[in-house]
Amino acid sequence: MTIQLNGEAFETTGPLSVGRLLAQLAIDPRRVAVEHNRLVVKKAAYNSTVVAAGDEVEVVNFVGGG
Amino acid sequence: MPDTSLTIAGRTFRSRLIVGTGKYASFPIMAEAHAASGAEMVTVAVRRVNLADRSRESLLDYIDTSRYALLPNTAGCYTADDAVRAARLGREAGLSNWVKLEVIGDERTLYPDNEALVEATHVLVEEGFVVLPYTNDDPVVCRKLEDAGAAAVMPLGAPIGSGLGIQNPNNIRIIKEFASVPVIVDAGVGTASDAAIAMELGADGVLMNTAIAGADDPVAMATAMKLAVEAGRLAYISGRIQRKRYATASSPLEGVVGT
Repeated sequence: MTIQLNGEAFETTGPLSVGRLLAQLAIDPRRVAVEHNRLVVKKAAYNSTVVAAGDEVEVVNFVGGG
Repeated sequence: MPDTSLTIAGRTFRSRLIVGTGKYASFPIMAEAHAASGAEMVTVAVRRVNLADRSRESLLDYIDTSRYALLPNTAGCYTADDAVRAARLGREAGLSNWVKLEVIGDERTLYPDNEALVEATHVLVEEGFVVLPYTNDDPVVCRKLEDAGAAAVMPLGAPIGSGLGIQNPNNIRIIKEFASVPVIVDAGVGTASDAAIAMELGADGVLMNTAIAGADDPVAMATAMKLAVEAGRLAYISGRIQRKRYATASSPLEGVVGT
């Protein structure tokens, strides 16, 4: 299936949970925040939130800033 | 003279300096500058994870969060909606409800969009955020932000990254006079005297990034800023002398040899 990940088309097999998606991307879930279809996903809900074809996912972290 | 501490939303800080994490040549230099600054809160930006290059070091490896409170910003947001969205993501990433709220209205000056800033402040306060808005040096806007529930107001001294120093000292003074929340001068500081002036005007604190990160020696400049903020604060609470047009001698006028 294709999802929109950080603004770009991303191919994966799914549907899959946010937790599985982060694992697939080798991202440490403790260091990021995730938006699913414009709603913030709480860390406790990573495994119960299902990403399906066409969904929009944003994965953000902290970078240097003022 | 005994001083009071800086308290924002019930949290007390020993240092009145807040520093950024952007534009450093390296993370180790940043960490050293943070330590030298004495700051207890650092700003961070919220950005998309770079999926193409996962090899980069993480900023958070160089910030001891038991020592520094994280203040996520909404830099780069041009609408109230985007700023609210960034604030929510920052809260989830940092597990803290504090936010440095920026809603930018113009690309070249990075001046805030006041209307959108007040609107976003309302929304985020309603959602339980501790909102620290970066704002114009405008006492009326600052009052509106305070009325909207901002935990502090952060008027700019000059455009972000400009290093021009405090461009409208009179307004900073008036903002301080009007405000019943802390006033943090945010942006525009170029060198230590600028920070001291902000504090002498009565500001409760100063927030800066480029002045330290962009200096030839950021660690030494961080020390200079720490001392400047302390010196300016001490001078402010000490009550400076009045300005006079003419001289008043410091030595006795009587008993001068030869008279």
